[in-house]
Amino acid sequence: MKHVISALVQNKPGVLAHVAGMFAARAFNIDSLVVGRTDDPDLSRMTIVVIGDNRVVEQVRKQLAKIVSVVKVQDFVGQDIVARALMLITINTPAEKRPEVLALIDMFDSKVVDIGQKFVMVEICGPDSKIEAFIDACKPYGIKSVARSGTIAMARNKRN
Amino acid sequence: MSSLNCDDCGACAGCGGFVPVENEELKQGSQIIVDVLLEQGVDTVFGYLGGVVLPLFDKIYDSPLNFIIPRHEQGGCHMADAYARATGKTGVMIATSGPGATNLVTGIATAMMDSVPLVAITGQVRTELIGNDAFQEVDITGVTRPITKHNVIVKDVKHLASALREAFYIASTGRPGPVLVDIPVDVAVATTKWTPPTEVKLPGYRVRTKGHKKQIEMAADAINNSKKPVFYVGGGVVISGASEQLRKVAQKANVAVTTTLMALGTYDQSRPESLDMLGMHGAAYANFAVQECDLLVAIGSRFEDRVTGNLKTFCPNAKIIHIDIDPASISKNVSVDIPVVGDAKYILSQMLDLVEFRERKEWFNYIAKLKKNYPLCYNKSDKYIKPQEVIEELYKQTKGEAIICTGVGQHQMWAAQFYKYSKPRHFISSGGLGTMGFGLPSAVGAQVACPGATVIDIDGDSSFNMTLTELSTAVMYDLPVKVIVLNNGYMGMVRQWQELFYNKRYSQSSLKNPNFAKVAASMGATGISLSEPSKLSEAIEKLLKEAGPCVLEVKIEPEENVWPMVAAGKSLHEMDGLDIFESMA
Ligand SMILES: Cc1ncc(C[n+]2csc(CCOP(=O)(O)OP(=O)(O)O)c2C)c(N)n1
Ligand SMILES: [Mg+2]
Repeated sequence: MKHVISALVQNKPGVLAHVAGMFAARAFNIDSLVVGRTDDPDLSRMTIVVIGDNRVVEQVRKQLAKIVSVVKVQDFVGQDIVARALMLITINTPAEKRPEVLALIDMFDSKVVDIGQKFVMVEICGPDSKIEAFIDACKPYGIKSVARSGTIAMARNKRN
Repeated sequence: MSSLNCDDCGACAGCGGFVPVENEELKQGSQIIVDVLLEQGVDTVFGYLGGVVLPLFDKIYDSPLNFIIPRHEQGGCHMADAYARATGKTGVMIATSGPGATNLVTGIATAMMDSVPLVAITGQVRTELIGNDAFQEVDITGVTRPITKHNVIVKDVKHLASALREAFYIASTGRPGPVLVDIPVDVAVATTKWTPPTEVKLPGYRVRTKGHKKQIEMAADAINNSKKPVFYVGGGVVISGASEQLRKVAQKANVAVTTTLMALGTYDQSRPESLDMLGMHGAAYANFAVQECDLLVAIGSRFEDRVTGNLKTFCPNAKIIHIDIDPASISKNVSVDIPVVGDAKYILSQMLDLVEFRERKEWFNYIAKLKKNYPLCYNKSDKYIKPQEVIEELYKQTKGEAIICTGVGQHQMWAAQFYKYSKPRHFISSGGLGTMGFGLPSAVGAQVACPGATVIDIDGDSSFNMTLTELSTAVMYDLPVKVIVLNNGYMGMVRQWQELFYNKRYSQSSLKNPNFAKVAASMGATGISLSEPSKLSEAIEKLLKEAGPCVLEVKIEPEENVWPMVAAGKSLHEMDGLDIFESMA
């Protein structure tokens, strides 16, 4: 079971090493970990996708919170969230397949960012499931390379 | 401002170019370190020299700090650790960069596992050299990240005072632990304005001391409604200073109390409701009672595997309450019915008003029967001295008042089983990490902390071999520590496992020992050797009478085992070694 956890951390050297080291030392299984700055120059946000049951995720949350340079931890379980990841993917496209591939790219609401005689590079953004589906759809043509960003997420604000 | 050229100093601290001399306005980093130590109430520091800490030692020279130099940084770190365990104050250890810093690793990990407040200060090469594999450069914050509560490298002298203050704050509050502050030598010689202390503000560090009121009420209700409750007390109660509150609650509510190794002394073991220590080598009656209870109240304990045995069958019929200051300890190993996050002292004093007396006659009769049928005991011998009788005799002669330190192995378990503790901070032992060699340095540290106390290291021959060089430290500082080496000629605990689980194939588990009495004498301590059973009480008397440091080596039965024993993977009640009771009946 995948869980999305978001942590606000102090923007200091060593914090990423500390968090990554804790995951390794406690044998937690992570699917992805993304760090980026926030609007506050002193804080960064880490979005971590963890694989495990509720007990494991509960421990992850507590162990993260225990790290002194981790300011706040949120587990999005049971919340309405927006989760997005970005992927760049280069697909083989011999001339005869190009229309098919372009149609596929269109269907997935993704974008061609580079193109050559025998390939296209595509930028696609969305929830993990969409990205996985796109990869599956591209497989028959042959995938040259893939770079994925990992998931970032935020809870939807409550209306009213 | 006058300046001193680097070449003038001659010691080659590698401090880089100019060493400015401070004026009233400006203070040098090294002076700031000393001044923050004093401001934090530190009076005793352990540490060892080296190039990049020379500027600091130069300031220490003029300071009122009581300074202890060990023979090895690991020893110094254990001393600072035991100083903290004996007093509750934060221990301080200083080491140089590179090998000085890496020699701290075992000491820091030992303190981490047992939640000991410790501040380690390490020198580091000049900031501009960091990352270049400079002479004696080691990324010690990287090395110690998983074994410290927090660590930091200070790259700007402006942040030095606050980093040190935060270190003391983090080390000593919440669930305590070691904090390492790494200080490059250029930062130690740079100057800045001194800033007086302000309240420490750490956005990512919160300590919850007050338990949730509802949870405390639920816990008290559960105790009141329980027919067969047991308090399972851990080192958190020592740290919190909650022994008195524990005694009041247990006696008011009429509940039996068992402790972990770390908590020996938090509950007076002479009381009828004391179940003594539980776990792998705990008292059989403690283990049986825990398996039988209907409510287990864990207080400052963490369900470690050496305590619980097989988790699947641990405490099968009980509801579990867990009181702990560290939320991450709760429901880590067992799932808990009523968690209470907070400081044991606060929570127990809140509980005192809520718990009610219950007679629980049947349950206490059962416990009394267990205690009568399965006391901690051993077979006597007239050929060999038995390790257990050494401890019993020591207990008798010291009237249970000594501070006992230990190495790790069988002797540690016998010291836990056969000496009876009635006060906290009187049993000092590496529980979590199980660090052989902890015994002697920890006794030195405890003796520094408690100059008037009788401090005794009950050690094993192999453990003692690891750090016996610190006897010189005891001699140098006139510290009258006493050492009893229970010499079985084996790494006894390992040999016991080889006997039981590896068909008596004693692969590499014995050492050729030196003559311990002569080693002691050569270092300026007194040494006594004993192998004659009839002379035991006389020898211990002599040891205790000795004014200075003294080592008593006792040749004990080589293949004595520690019983009872819950083998790995077994349930807590499935103990081996209970047949002794049949042989005695
Ligand atoms: C530093 C370290 N190395 C290895 C061990 C593994 N170990 C645990 S007990 C033990 C034997 C201890 O022998 P001794 O000190 O003579 O004590 P005894 O069991 O004989 O009383 C060993 C090797 C350890 N706990 N610590
Ligand atoms: Mg031995």
